[in-house]
Amino acid sequence: MIGGLFIYNHKGEVLISRVYRDDIGRNAVDAFRVNVIHARQQVRSPVTNIARTSFFHVKRSNIWLAAVTKQNVNAAMVFEFLYKMCDVMASYFGKISEENIKNNFVLIYELLDEILDFGYPQNSETGSLKTFITQQGIKGQTKEEQSQITSQVTGQIGWRREGIKYRRNELFLDVLESVNLLMSPQGQVLSAHVSGRVVMKSYLSGMPECKFGMNDKIIIDKAGKGGVTNEAGKSTSGKQSIAIDDCTFNQCVRLSKFDSERSISFIPPDGEYELMRYRTTKDIILPFRVIPLVREVGRTKLEVKVVIKSNFKPSLLAQKIEVRIPTPLNTSGVQVICMKGKAKYKASENAIVWKIKRMAGMKESQISAEIELLPTNDKKKWARPPISMNFEVPFAPSGLKVRYLKVFESKLNYSDHDVIKWVRYIGRSGIYETRC
Amino acid sequence: MEWANQLCENRQFGSKMTDSKYFTTTKKGEIFELKAELNSDKKEKKKEAVKKVIASMTVGKDVSALFPDVVNCMQTDNLELKKLVYLYLMNYAKSQPDMAIMAVNTFVKDCEDANPLIRALAVRTMGCIRVDKITEYLCEPLRKCLKDEDPYVRKTAAVCVAKLHDINAQLVEDQGFLDTLKDLISDSNPMVVANAVAALSEIAESHPNSNLLDLNPQSINKLLTALNECTEWGQIFILDCLANYTPRDDRESQSICERVTPRLSHANSAVVLSAVKVLMKFMEMLPKDLDYYSTLLKKLAPPLVTLLSAEPELQYVALRNINLIVQKRPEILKHEMKVFFVKYNDPIYVKLEKLDIMIRLASQANIAQVLAELKEYATEVDVDFVRKAVRAIGRCAIKVEQSAERCVSTLLDLIQTKVNYVVQEAIVVIKDIFRKYPNKYESVIATLCENLDSLDEPEARAAMIWIVGEYAERIDNADELLESFLEGFHDESTQVQLQLLTAIVKLFLKKPTETQELVQQVLSLATQDSDNPDLRDRGYIYWRLLSTDPVAAKEVVLAEKPLISEETDLIEPTLLEELICHIGTLASVYHKPPSAFVEGSRGVMHKRLPARTGSGESTESPDVGTAAGGSAPEAAPSIIPSQGDLLGDLLNLDMAPPTTSGPPPPTTGMQMGGMDLLGGGLDSLLGGDIGGSPAMGAGFGAAPAVMPASLNAPVGGGLGDLFDLGGVGMPMGAYIPPKIVWLPAMKAKGLEISGTFARRAGVIQMELILTNKAMSVMTDFAIQFNRNSFGLAPAGPLQVLTPLGPNQTIEVSLPLSTVGPVMKMDPLNNLQVAVKNNIDVFYFSCQYPISMLFVEDGKMERQVFLATWKDIPNDNESQFQIKDCHLNSDAASSKLQGSNIFTIAKRTVEGQDMLYMSIKLSNGIWVLAELRVQAGNPNYTISLKCRAPEVSQCVFQCYEAVLKN
Repeated sequence: MIGGLFIYNHKGEVLISRVYRDDIGRNAVDAFRVNVIHARQQVRSPVTNIARTSFFHVKRSNIWLAAVTKQNVNAAMVFEFLYKMCDVMASYFGKISEENIKNNFVLIYELLDEILDFGYPQNSETGSLKTFITQQGIKGQTKEEQSQITSQVTGQIGWRREGIKYRRNELFLDVLESVNLLMSPQGQVLSAHVSGRVVMKSYLSGMPECKFGMNDKIIIDKAGKGGVTNEAGKSTSGKQSIAIDDCTFNQCVRLSKFDSERSISFIPPDGEYELMRYRTTKDIILPFRVIPLVREVGRTKLEVKVVIKSNFKPSLLAQKIEVRIPTPLNTSGVQVICMKGKAKYKASENAIVWKIKRMAGMKESQISAEIELLPTNDKKKWARPPISMNFEVPFAPSGLKVRYLKVFESKLNYSDHDVIKWVRYIGRSGIYETRC
Repeated sequence: MEWANQLCENRQFGSKMTDSKYFTTTKKGEIFELKAELNSDKKEKKKEAVKKVIASMTVGKDVSALFPDVVNCMQTDNLELKKLVYLYLMNYAKSQPDMAIMAVNTFVKDCEDANPLIRALAVRTMGCIRVDKITEYLCEPLRKCLKDEDPYVRKTAAVCVAKLHDINAQLVEDQGFLDTLKDLISDSNPMVVANAVAALSEIAESHPNSNLLDLNPQSINKLLTALNECTEWGQIFILDCLANYTPRDDRESQSICERVTPRLSHANSAVVLSAVKVLMKFMEMLPKDLDYYSTLLKKLAPPLVTLLSAEPELQYVALRNINLIVQKRPEILKHEMKVFFVKYNDPIYVKLEKLDIMIRLASQANIAQVLAELKEYATEVDVDFVRKAVRAIGRCAIKVEQSAERCVSTLLDLIQTKVNYVVQEAIVVIKDIFRKYPNKYESVIATLCENLDSLDEPEARAAMIWIVGEYAERIDNADELLESFLEGFHDESTQVQLQLLTAIVKLFLKKPTETQELVQQVLSLATQDSDNPDLRDRGYIYWRLLSTDPVAAKEVVLAEKPLISEETDLIEPTLLEELICHIGTLASVYHKPPSAFVEGSRGVMHKRLPARTGSGESTESPDVGTAAGGSAPEAAPSIIPSQGDLLGDLLNLDMAPPTTSGPPPPTTGMQMGGMDLLGGGLDSLLGGDIGGSPAMGAGFGAAPAVMPASLNAPVGGGLGDLFDLGGVGMPMGAYIPPKIVWLPAMKAKGLEISGTFARRAGVIQMELILTNKAMSVMTDFAIQFNRNSFGLAPAGPLQVLTPLGPNQTIEVSLPLSTVGPVMKMDPLNNLQVAVKNNIDVFYFSCQYPISMLFVEDGKMERQVFLATWKDIPNDNESQFQIKDCHLNSDAASSKLQGSNIFTIAKRTVEGQDMLYMSIKLSNGIWVLAELRVQAGNPNYTISLKCRAPEVSQCVFQCYEAVLKN
């Protein structure tokens, strides 16, 4: 298991050091600094073995978090734990920075004592941690409160405490998708996928039981086969259903139920959390198409023309559009002409950045640039990095639709109809690249 | 609400001002100041002081001098302060054990506190204080806490047992904590169950043979129930524990798989990977024709792909594991090539791993896409990545024959870029393509020759020289080209020198008239002016060959080379199986068994995939059929070991040196043996040395067909059971020869030594009887061994504690290790011993039964056995007769098993029983045996096959001794 956990600043100075196992000595702290933080070369692996001691590290801004062990630990678990640790810290004191860590070191030690015992990760849900790690002492608690804390920390529903009350039962559902594309210069889709997340903010009283439904092809087909829906409904819903390659769920979702019935049922945590993640690869709506044209004119000049086409309903508006056209390292000057938006050559980033605030569907826009090059002796050809794009669209490129989210709370007197529900779809660009 | 937030922020801001200052105090009289503050009456001041102490501790300052003052602060009802003091205690208690005792009372008191959080905190902290005296006091509170009414306390106490075990294992056993811990597996609270499982698994690791984690269908059922309810971390502990279980049959295996599959949808990647581990392992037991088997295969792909959208560090772990999974079960991800395409912004470690998997998944169906990608990568910035991409193109050519032409032309395009390292990599892989497809692509040689000047890396130079030498007859100016390399001969690396020597000799044999001068030059450079023994030896061999018999020289040097195999860097199958059992862990990231990087006894136990067993008649042992049925690619791993005969070196036996077309490489089992001995030598074994790689083909072609044919025959339904003999047969104990007199009293001034050798519970022992037949008292006994064939050496001193009076006799047993110096003895099992006492030093020699070197894990897997048997040349087989033995084959088999001679299979043909057995010696040598027992005939025939045939005689003697006693 994890033998120790260290946090360093960018210089390699130790901010936090907690050793859980006897086989990890103080010299391990230095070994990591010397061999990884101060290493001359770029880090080649997030796992490093130095003198039979293994170091796992992640970086958050310029802070290094390192877990150390001498055993054959579960590596995936160690990384998951480090991420979790970052989440917990962030939810306690915001951004993970040197200053914040120094300001909260007592708190961090307290957390580390609680969420790792002898190197074994323990309950690390901030919801329950915050009930008893407060930095203010827990003196004033009554016996009932104490046992409520312990049963929540160890209980089956460790993510939600009892007795939550809201005057207005409300929930917000965000379908956030990032659409990824790699396209060849000829316009052939080399790979495309959507990775989506369903993020929920729930403000519900009591211990509500929720059921979430979407236009998952498997469910819709099942329902269709059952002959319950009428002919018309079947044809419309059948058309709109999507094939989900894979999905993963927050730990509140009953996985065995999903496995057997493919229904998503759960008791939600209070406040904001990620309900599920999913991935689709079929029938993706690619909101933009990039058509590049690069021509080398002699050895000292490049002509670039890029056309972007929006490919969605004309009534919808895409926002925050940004096209990034890489330029060679030996660029000396750039002239840009674009019809829409603003374009600028950014020498420090070796790219022309073209920004458009808004663009409706089924439109087209174009930029052309002349790039002057300095003559070089460098034999190495320019690698021609791909043209990348950023945007935000108000629909889900995967085609996912939320069909229902039902809330049941039998003990309290509010029903599904009393809950105010909000649904929003946002599609963003992930890695959206076209080779040129 | 708003104002409350404001307030919070202000408060936080306030603490900001105070907390970070602790890091900046660097004044000189700091310790004294702190001391004063710690003893202050004001609570707030005390707390501040302790914070400062902790801050100093964190940055590595020694604040142990403050120990008594800090401990004095422990008696407080302020929980925050208490936690800080505890933190300090954990760090310094070890250096101040006497002072630490001061804290015990508070701990004991806290363990009785009304608040469960404080009880748990006390027991948690107490377990972290590694001071013997404290652990004594820990036992009672721990016992109470293990049965506490509050689950939070129980789950903390469960982990505390593991802590205590780490400090004092005996204490934990004596106090009966292990049983209490086992009871917690049935606890009503899932988190208590998970922690108990984690603690037990860890404790069990250091007692490999204890049946601590007594996994049976009932306990497994409990675990599976808890799995649905506990935290993500608890699920990982439980899944990792489940993976150690071996189901009784395929039905149980399937039902566990069914209950584990839902975990594949968990958001935590570690849960997913641990579930994958359980499934990959238990899947081994499912019959392949089962519908469920193919459903399961299909279910595995999506979650694996999803792992690739995790954070980069996790992606890396996932990719390293996928690399193993793809090797073990290529069918799972064969359609998912695209997801392994490299993204421009991937970290380099992700890029390199993806590339590796792309090559493994490359097939005729997707090769066009793969090649287009690889070509793209070859223009990227990172040098290592570009090199690997170029190499990958070459590997595609070798792997997918249809693509070879396209690959070669892609490589030529890349050579045209003139980027130095691209050109060099391209030439190295083109050499391999030439070897795989001789006489097909030689037209490109001219292009290659143009780039001769730009080659500055040894590997590329060596490859180019090899090409020139190999195709000397087609290159007009071959002599000039090679001569140009010769100028700086002594500055070249050994690799290039050796290659140049061979190439010029080849050239000479092809064009003798023009190149006589050149060959003489290189021979004299190699033999007279070089310090490198390898180079000199090769030079002399060529020289002698050329001068005595040029025709023979031509046959040797220009012999047809075996084709190189497709996959050059597959992980050796036994290791792969072990690594599959370690999916998700560090071992799977390093691709090394835990023993290679974990110290001590932990995790050294090798894990194996379960064998396929059937619950009913349905198992017609399909494995044997396929394995022996000539499906070579599956049964015979195409691994190319690095040069040098490992076993020969280890044994220090004079075995024939490896030649180029050489003895077939040792197969799986043998390699494993060698590897264990070498520990970290894994890298060198698996390092893909493509250049000097003899292929498997030749060795297999010549293999005898007798043995496989005999196993191939249908053997009836009982075979599956027979294979499990290891578990069923009652161990009868190893054979121990009677004691004989080794050193008569006459020769040793009155000291008589008689003795024998035994292997008890895996430990080799020399059992001695010392008798004093002289008149004076003997004292100061000591013993030493001369170097011997198997490196036997005393593992400790000779324990003769009391003086040996006249006419007294004492029995001593001396544990032996096998890590001593090695020298081949004649006979092989001869041992020269020196015994010293107060009178003199005496020498004698004795012979030990080789059976005591037979290790417990000598049971070879069936496939491995088959492959190895085929693989060992017939010359190494020896046959012996055992006369007058009246045991039936089963009795013989179980008797032999007592001495670690394991029966792998049994077959009956026309009343004759054939037993196939394997033995592993302590130095990793495997001996394979076939014992024929004819009913009613007291004479047995035994055939032994071994790579070190020297041992056969000794092994035969053991058979005889064991069977007749």
